[in-house]
Amino acid sequence: MNIEVRQPARAQKTRYGIVDCDIHPKLLIEDYRRHLSNQWWSHLQTYGLRPRHGYTKAYPMPKITPQAARRDAWPPTGGMPGSDLGFLREQLLDLYDMDYGILNPLQPTAQGDQNPEFSAAMATAANEQQVDKWTAREKRLKASVVVPYEHPEASVAEIRRRAGSKDFAQVFMLSRTSEAHGRRRYWPIYQAAVEAGLPVGIHVFGYAGWPLTNSGWPSFYIEEMTEHATGQQAVVASMIFEGLFEQYRDLKVVLIESGFGWLPALGWRLDKHWERMRDEVPHVKRPPSEYIREHFWVSTQPMEEAEDPEHVLDAMRWIGFDRILFASDYPHWDFDDPVLALPPSLTEEQRRAIYSGNAKKLYGLA
Amino acid sequence: MTITAIDCDVHPTCTGNDILLPYLDTYWRDSVEERGMGSLESAAYPPNAPITARPDFRGPNGYAATDAAQVTRQVCDRWGASHAILNCLYGVQLIYNEDIARAFARALNDWITKEWLDRDPRLRASIVIPMQNVEYAVDEIERCAPDKRFVQVLVLAMQETPLGRRHHWPIFAAAEKHGLPLGIHAGSNYRNPVTSLGWPTSYVEDYTSQAQGFQSQVASLITEGVFAKYPKLKVVLIESGVTWLPGFLWRFSKFWRGARTEVPWVDRSPSEIVRDNFRLTIQPFDSPSDPHDVERIVEHLRSDDMLLFSSDFPHWQFDGDERIPKGIPDGLRHKILVENPLATYDRLNGASLRESAS
Repeated sequence: MNIEVRQPARAQKTRYGIVDCDIHPKLLIEDYRRHLSNQWWSHLQTYGLRPRHGYTKAYPMPKITPQAARRDAWPPTGGMPGSDLGFLREQLLDLYDMDYGILNPLQPTAQGDQNPEFSAAMATAANEQQVDKWTAREKRLKASVVVPYEHPEASVAEIRRRAGSKDFAQVFMLSRTSEAHGRRRYWPIYQAAVEAGLPVGIHVFGYAGWPLTNSGWPSFYIEEMTEHATGQQAVVASMIFEGLFEQYRDLKVVLIESGFGWLPALGWRLDKHWERMRDEVPHVKRPPSEYIREHFWVSTQPMEEAEDPEHVLDAMRWIGFDRILFASDYPHWDFDDPVLALPPSLTEEQRRAIYSGNAKKLYGLA
Repeated sequence: MTITAIDCDVHPTCTGNDILLPYLDTYWRDSVEERGMGSLESAAYPPNAPITARPDFRGPNGYAATDAAQVTRQVCDRWGASHAILNCLYGVQLIYNEDIARAFARALNDWITKEWLDRDPRLRASIVIPMQNVEYAVDEIERCAPDKRFVQVLVLAMQETPLGRRHHWPIFAAAEKHGLPLGIHAGSNYRNPVTSLGWPTSYVEDYTSQAQGFQSQVASLITEGVFAKYPKLKVVLIESGVTWLPGFLWRFSKFWRGARTEVPWVDRSPSEIVRDNFRLTIQPFDSPSDPHDVERIVEHLRSDDMLLFSSDFPHWQFDGDERIPKGIPDGLRHKILVENPLATYDRLNGASLRESAS
């Protein structure tokens, strides 16, 4: 038996004007119909999504709950978790008295699909749906520009199509791309993002076509989740060592749903070995940790939990309190409750920055 | 002579297959010549790369640590180690042909015995095993284990499949039986790209991505249930960088709490298992520049027992004689230099070590 233990009002005593930087709206296959050509709709019906793994319906690592969702996030009206705006308002935006939420749609967006032209058509359709079904109806929500990143030209076109629109807050990529994010093939995407004044959000997941570890495929969902952090480590290292931030000095990157405990040690490691081998990467002009400090933001969820909570504060200090963004990951099972997620010993100023101020500044939200 | 320090990561350099000829049988000796099989040196350490040997350690031919006297002169005589553990990184684990792997792993271990261990009583070594075939790997452990100067089984951080996978378990059974820790050293057999996003552009990305390999192996060994089956097995993470561990464990332990129904044999937090069963050598130590922050990150390990002294000679991890990173608390020095290695390597304890050290 499920017992509702949640109190109806979750707003904190102090109002922070929370910005939730990771909300997952569920886009529905049937809603793609009116945004796809007959050819691509037929393709989708006949051949389906073809991510770079072996299943047509299942995930290679079964999730720990259906749809990886909170058990209470299935809308009473029916449908999938994250598919009902009214219920999302009730469970999230209103309950926590949020100022804004950033939408980060996952499948079926066809990002990283084996067919890049199909991926491009699906990305456009996903962006149309975000506006139609979400941001046009709820001004607190901002969409992310889904780009078919394995098709850089189409990605650029998609970013230009959305540039200047108040509905979109960032360009949206997944962490598992077929080449590391710093490689030249993706540079047009970053250039278009900078021109549009949009940060690039890199959310964990996707299927690269490569094993999840550099020792091949692991067995368990727990490993898939821990490997999201190792994947983001490769993302950061690649972007820095390819010299991306020397080329695009205004580029801002948000690492979403990868936690942040790993980031300081990565910076120290890259610095140490860059110092020794910088002759190999002469285009990298400064210690890697300086690029991290200037160009990267991290979202909080899944909030780091150390045995000694003070250790998490050390990591936050090493990253910089101005670079950390609150995220709930609604409606997923590992949702972080805004009231409980942040360490209690943060100062009031730090809480304001993480809950709200940093994101408003980064995304240009009033 | 007292035990002053145990250097847990020193690299003897095998410069090519010609060195191993005396330890190969006729068939393989002929093959080396007739097929032009010159060298199995690994791309994980390109011979001329800065990381592979500090400039002042290199000899006239560019190589460092090519004989026992060179190694002991530096790590024992100059740096004061009473004992040093040799981890040979010659690339026998990379070859696709498992017959070659078996023959050359045997030759390598025999070369280590004759040209290194027999020449200096302060030296110990790890058993290099042909991971291409688990049966051959176990055979090699059994063959070498009677020589107590072999104190560990050595594997690379990046494998064909994650180390915890059940088909590797006979290796862990043999290691546990003989009181040999499993030493996981930086390096790859290059069956998989060194990042989960494919092959990187630069060598510095390759080397820095070793830390991701260690994270994956810790997750695999624990989730697959290796320590439920082999609770006495010790694992030493060698040349891992160290400071990635606390943040990794926060995440790993959190997901274990949330999704542990998937791995019911893991009946306590991964953080606890790591403190009980895992150790790390201290070079390289990916440290923040402020020594106070180094002290904090050491505290994040939440155990004084985990760090083992290593110089990583002749790899270029530090300059001068700064083999213990600044900021490591003085109170931990003796633990790191002596007590923790002795508690980790069963075979360093007791009569054999004390006799050879006297």
